Amino acid sequence: MTMLPKWYEIPLGGALTEPGSTRKVKTGEWRTFRPVIDQDKCIRCRICWAYCPEGAIREVDREYVTSKGVKYPVTYEIDYYYCKGCGICAEECPVKAITLVREYEK
Amino acid sequence: MSSRQEISIRWHGRGGQGAVTAAQVVATCAIMKGLYAQAFPEFGPERRGAPVKAYTRLSTRPIRHREPIVSPDYLVILDPSLLELPATLEGARDDTILVVNCPEPPEVVKSRKFGKVVYIDATDVAMKTIGRPIVNTAILGALLRVLDLITLDDILKSLEKFFSGKLLEVNRKAVVEAYNLAKVI
Amino acid sequence: MPRLALTSNYATAYAVKMCDVDVIPVYPITPQTTIAEKLSEFVANGELDAEIIHVESEHSALSACVGAAAAGARVFTATCSQGLMLAYELLPIMSGLRLPVVMAVPCRALSAPISIHGDYIDLMVARDAGWIILISSCAQEVFDNIIQAYKIAEHRDVLLPVMVAYDGFLMSHTIEPVEVPDDENIVREFVPKKREWLYLDVDKPVTMGPLAGPDWYYEIRFQQVPAMKNAYKIVKEVAEEFYKKFGRKYDTIELYRAEDAEYLMIGYGAVWGFIQEAVDRLREKGISIGGMRIRLLRPLPVEDIANALKDRKGFIVIDKCLITGMPVGPVFSDITTALKLCNIDTPGISAVHGVGQRTMYIRDFVDLAEKCIETFKSGKIPRESIYLGLRT
Repeated sequence: MTMLPKWYEIPLGGALTEPGSTRKVKTGEWRTFRPVIDQDKCIRCRICWAYCPEGAIREVDREYVTSKGVKYPVTYEIDYYYCKGCGICAEECPVKAITLVREYEK
Repeated sequence: MSSRQEISIRWHGRGGQGAVTAAQVVATCAIMKGLYAQAFPEFGPERRGAPVKAYTRLSTRPIRHREPIVSPDYLVILDPSLLELPATLEGARDDTILVVNCPEPPEVVKSRKFGKVVYIDATDVAMKTIGRPIVNTAILGALLRVLDLITLDDILKSLEKFFSGKLLEVNRKAVVEAYNLAKVI
Repeated sequence: MPRLALTSNYATAYAVKMCDVDVIPVYPITPQTTIAEKLSEFVANGELDAEIIHVESEHSALSACVGAAAAGARVFTATCSQGLMLAYELLPIMSGLRLPVVMAVPCRALSAPISIHGDYIDLMVARDAGWIILISSCAQEVFDNIIQAYKIAEHRDVLLPVMVAYDGFLMSHTIEPVEVPDDENIVREFVPKKREWLYLDVDKPVTMGPLAGPDWYYEIRFQQVPAMKNAYKIVKEVAEEFYKKFGRKYDTIELYRAEDAEYLMIGYGAVWGFIQEAVDRLREKGISIGGMRIRLLRPLPVEDIANALKDRKGFIVIDKCLITGMPVGPVFSDITTALKLCNIDTPGISAVHGVGQRTMYIRDFVDLAEKCIETFKSGKIPRESIYLGLRT
């Protein structure tokens, strides 16, 4: 508490004058379960990317070739710094490529 | 300031006859002349045909309060039928000047005393000049025959604040015509 | 300076025009509507370059005020009574966001029963929403207060919204002489647009109105405490500057024939004229009485009130509204609190008059004063309001 600013140190009306300040909030610490993508099963449909309420799924320009030889130009990755572990991505995935793993089971 | 240093005018009309506007024209005219004045209606939901009261105070000094006019120096009646309502003559004194829209001297003159009585067939004047039975400007003309502080020219000028174009012209005509035709007894 | 014949509502509209307001979100309600009408006329005629936002309710009007002021615009609105109640939610938001909006309030009674007439209950219910409140006593002062309100609201040490209140009908619809400068630049020089509040700007992005948890809310709300203290000072400073420029003097309170008065009769709004007339009549009878009116209701000028009332034998406050639950009128409560804070024990009597625009006469105030002075002499001060003109 003592580290928080005094009333006169806060911008008037509690306005946030630093843009994008929520980027500093490490919501990844909130997780009990973490989603893990099976890149071999993933069909790159983009549904998890669209549904993630935190924007924590990234579309990365990295080619991936599955064990059956299907070649995809992109890879989906989860940003564990922000992912809260809500499980929406796993629920929405049409091919069940995302599974929720308990945090302590590394 | 006591009422002796003020002129008070109480207007009685029916909704739509323009009593409130007439009260405002006189006050506006006085203010434009550099006098002090106040005008306000007896406030209520506005309904065409319902009895309406309005007040004007004129003074050479600032007017501070906003009391309704209980005992008027001038009582202006836009519709002769209103003389039959007891509220119309309430507070009128022996020296109150009565200005009434009536083709002949009203009955009430026989039964009680007034300072002066001015009568005019304002409805006739309004129909001939404006073409509608809106009698406020015509009755103004009659009032000017007996009103201190404000002249006919003052009123004709201040009508600009309320009317323009053709309407201004016919209303000015109504004032002048009534001023000339009004009988003072 | 030319004199115009204006109602207090038109005086408001003229002042708003001269202050070069940018945005006017407004919804009609009796007896405020003629302000909205006149301003619409000014905008339609090209006399005022402002955006009038026609909204579907007072809640939306005040919401639009929040948005427009947050975007950095000079904003005006007006409402009263049921409209003010519907918009109430936005009042603490405006003050909490520190947006310097000016709102005219021609005060009117609250339902039920339905009344469209003048009364101050709407203002009194809204007086603790963090707005500065100026109460005007004549059309000239309404004009002057709107202009001063922008200077106070937008002052960097204040940044709070201001209500300019006055009596619905008794003032809002009464024509009176008002001196209006012929060159509006004189007014615009007096209230230059400095835009010193935090506003939304794409080049310097800010987030306004975020959630504040228990570790933050208190400090952020507390910021309004010193702002209100500053407002007291700035109200006086602006009045002084206004006097120098326009020659009309204002203060937080006003006194009339009070120098040697043993008793003071206190009111606000149009009641002030009645009090002055009554004081004159009482003085003629040899009664040592003066008048006082509250111009600045929020922030309450505690010390000015205490100084005016110390060493008197008694005071009477006339509240033009009826509030129940508290046995005395709202401004009476405020004044007694001010006195208690300053250790002054002048006895006071609360009176209520003009409720729902019940007709007031000067003689009512004369009679009240005479009766109250007898009561002060007897020492038996009533513990509830005297209800003037009530059929009992």
